[in-house]
Amino acid sequence: MGAPGSRRPGPRSPAAPDGAAVLEVHHLDAHYGSVQVLFDVNLTVQAGEVMVIMGGSGSGKSTLLRHLLGLEVPSAGSLTVLGRNMSRLDPLELTGLRRQMGVAFQGGALFSSMTVAENVKLPLREHAELDETTMDIIARLKLEVVDLAGVGDLMPSELSGGMLKRAAVARAIVLDPKLLFFDEPSAGLDPAVAAAFDDLILRLRQAMDMTIVVVTHEMESAFKIADRITVLDRGRVLAVDSAEGLRGNPSRRIQNLLNRRPEDPEVDAAGYLRRLAGGA
Amino acid sequence: MGRGAVRSLDEIGYSAALLGESLRWVFAGRRWRQPVRLAAVAAQMTEMGILALPIATLLSATVGLMLAIQSLYSLGLFGAESLAHVGIALSVTREFSPLIMGILVAGRSGSALAARLATMSINQELDALKVIGVDPVRFLVAPALLALVVMLPVLTMWANLVALAAAGLYVSTALDLSMAAYLSGTIAVLSPGDLWHGLGKSTLFAVLIVLVGVVNGSLVAGGAEGVGRATTRSVVQGISAIVVTDMIFAFVVTQ
Repeated sequence: MGAPGSRRPGPRSPAAPDGAAVLEVHHLDAHYGSVQVLFDVNLTVQAGEVMVIMGGSGSGKSTLLRHLLGLEVPSAGSLTVLGRNMSRLDPLELTGLRRQMGVAFQGGALFSSMTVAENVKLPLREHAELDETTMDIIARLKLEVVDLAGVGDLMPSELSGGMLKRAAVARAIVLDPKLLFFDEPSAGLDPAVAAAFDDLILRLRQAMDMTIVVVTHEMESAFKIADRITVLDRGRVLAVDSAEGLRGNPSRRIQNLLNRRPEDPEVDAAGYLRRLAGGA
Repeated sequence: MGRGAVRSLDEIGYSAALLGESLRWVFAGRRWRQPVRLAAVAAQMTEMGILALPIATLLSATVGLMLAIQSLYSLGLFGAESLAHVGIALSVTREFSPLIMGILVAGRSGSALAARLATMSINQELDALKVIGVDPVRFLVAPALLALVVMLPVLTMWANLVALAAAGLYVSTALDLSMAAYLSGTIAVLSPGDLWHGLGKSTLFAVLIVLVGVVNGSLVAGGAEGVGRATTRSVVQGISAIVVTDMIFAFVVTQ
């Protein structure tokens, strides 16, 4: 919560493309209650790139995503999405901004009381004044894009995990957003389906000229799709670099993360004895 | 104890905010081009009201019969069975119909609302609504509130009719009266104020049931087990709120 001027500068983004920034995070701090989970996070995502935010469990990547989506209010710092400072938007302006963003949640988050097609049509129904036939055609088109032709009449409970994720993507892109977020797209998928999903992400970027932000802990997937990777560790940005740059990074923590080596816990003898004695 | 009190105050404040926000969407949503969808209201009216009719009818008839049996027994001690219709008419319209329908709907629809919202919260469906740019209060809470504020008084009115008719059948048979004589006596006893008393209470109960269900559902924590806890808590709190409000309402209105 300190003044921005008192902070150490965050890691630079050496491999950032030259496009305009569509997402900028400056000196972001986040707390859950009294526990700080993000520390002075700085991040810039350029138009048209695929930025992967990677980190292990508890690194703060999901919390960062929730802030990027405007679902949480930061304790300090600022978030600018598509040129709009999120903290200065009233609810209606935030709704307007969200029409230009799409999100595919980890489990799909499809509405279980609606068919797949109704799920895909929901953003259209709420934000576009279109007749039912046009909405049906757009929904079928988007389902085709994600290789889910013919499943519109099914309920979400009738889909497999991979199909749920694809249907969620169809819903996320139905308003042709400029910025698309993925939360753990490969989680829970077998390697072949996960690889096909990675291809889908790259295909979408190419076909729809979108900027894509992916939050994941799957390294193979991250290295395949990312233009740049932001590595988060214990709420702090460790590095922002291309996949090649990260592979050559000398930091032991980054190499441990990339090579799935556990961190050696630091020995705190005094703390250990205090815990044994029942102290705080 | 302190933590429980803080949590209760927190939930009361949240309920008040939810009510205010729901009313804002109902009255101003169209101006903001984000109206509360009538189709969603109609679906909730069907679910909360129409589909509850069979069990509402059964309970109302049973209550009517029970009141008739007890009235004839207690008044019989003084030889005043012929006045049974007075007590039955007033207790059904002012007390039993709104109370029984409130408890029925709290158990049936309040719990369903809590379970639905809790499940949606755990599955990130509420987050998905927000990022789609759909306010969950407008999409989920306001339709349920509108629907129940209409349907609970309707169910209460239906319960009045069924309970009075069932009681009439028993009393007229037991006292060897015609049904027409019983009903005309009942109508003569009842004033519009008695009916409004019951309908006013049921409107208040509708608001309580929806708010208790929504608060418990949306504040869920702890996965599937949390959904169960939220549902149970919603039923217990809903029924308690109804009974306490019933007493306060009766006291205030009869002073």
